Amino acid sequence: MTDQTLPPVLAEISEEFLALGEQDRLQLLLEFSRELPALPARLEEHPELLERVAECQSPVFIVAEVEDGAVHLHATAPEQAPTTRGFASILVQGLDGLTPEQVLETPNDVAHRLGLARAISPLRLAGMSGMLARIKRQVAARTS
Amino acid sequence: MPVEIDDSNEKFAAYAHPERLVTTAWLEDHVGSDGLVVVESDEDVLLYEVGHIPGAVKVDWHTELNDPVQRDYIDGAAFARLMARKGIERTDTVVIYGDKNNWWAAYALWVFTLFGHEDVRLLDGGRDAWFAEGRPVTTEKPEPRRTSYPVVERDDTAIRAFKDDVLVHLGNPLIDVRSPEEYSGERTTAPAYPEEGALRAGHIPSARNVPWGMAVAEDGTFKPVVDLEGVYREGAGLSDGDDIVAYCRIGERSSHTWFVLTHLLGFENVRNYDGSWTEWGSAVRVPIATGDQPGDIPSA
Repeated sequence: MTDQTLPPVLAEISEEFLALGEQDRLQLLLEFSRELPALPARLEEHPELLERVAECQSPVFIVAEVEDGAVHLHATAPEQAPTTRGFASILVQGLDGLTPEQVLETPNDVAHRLGLARAISPLRLAGMSGMLARIKRQVAARTS
Repeated sequence: MPVEIDDSNEKFAAYAHPERLVTTAWLEDHVGSDGLVVVESDEDVLLYEVGHIPGAVKVDWHTELNDPVQRDYIDGAAFARLMARKGIERTDTVVIYGDKNNWWAAYALWVFTLFGHEDVRLLDGGRDAWFAEGRPVTTEKPEPRRTSYPVVERDDTAIRAFKDDVLVHLGNPLIDVRSPEEYSGERTTAPAYPEEGALRAGHIPSARNVPWGMAVAEDGTFKPVVDLEGVYREGAGLSDGDDIVAYCRIGERSSHTWFVLTHLLGFENVRNYDGSWTEWGSAVRVPIATGDQPGDIPSA
């Protein structure tokens, strides 16, 4: 499965991580965590539209909307959970604006292509895979 | 050189070992004292970088306390190197704090104790209390002076239990500190969701379910001794002289309960089974009970 290619933005993000040493990769993840956009007001007022990612120990919520053939992602996670925020931010930046097909074809092992396996516990990486799995299921449900 | 104990707090005075806790106010007064090292230990590997108590060093459970290959903790030589790097002397007072009501801080404290580091304390209320009270924080990382910490071999006999120890222990008090859903074995995950890390669900037969959070008050500090007695003595039936084993999923939440039973309530024989459910729930032919009752120990 590892020969599956990542969509362009995720591929760039992955290269950016792999070009760094391990400590700097964590620093980059921290930068991503700061870039997670706030929820738009309409979702802020309707938190029930977001799905909780149960695989993450921190409360992280996501929603994947499909409009005019493009996927739009929104996510929220507490400031006190920067690792989770960082992963959410990578997925939002990497998948937003793609077609539903591109999102559904995104390899499931994105979390393992960032070179963080030693610095981050396996459970956290599983959390990121959980986020991606839920995004895909939402996209599939909204395009079928 | 150890630092004086925090005797400012009435709640602490009623605990079996009040010297194991400090208040946020005490810590703010003592930060920077000779002989005191403040350690932050979090579940989230990046949280320290977002901001921490000035002068605090970070100790990460996953990359620094666990052996990178084998499922075990680092050995005495690696612990000595870690302490030297963090600027910790063998006689220093170490105050640990962290996220999630000190789960990981308690875990780190327990690991420090495996190596016999004498004076190691928790910040009551943890990271959240410090931040909520608006006390000073920084993103600046200290550059501690390298110390020379002796190589002390880990002692796994007194406060750590392995699977075989637990099998022999059956019949004595066992405390499962996970959530009621994990304890009963009710599956909350659906197909296509990532695996939970154990092949079977449920609990060790005869274990009483006392979720770790029962020891914590609403503001995130430890409950007063009278409330803790209610939870663990009246509620879970523990009594003086008991030989107790606590477990959870990987041993971090049960370190928190180990701290409460050992240092706050004064039980002298408490072990943390760090293999916990991720080992027991995947082991072949060990007894498992499901449902909300402790269940019977199978006869040998």
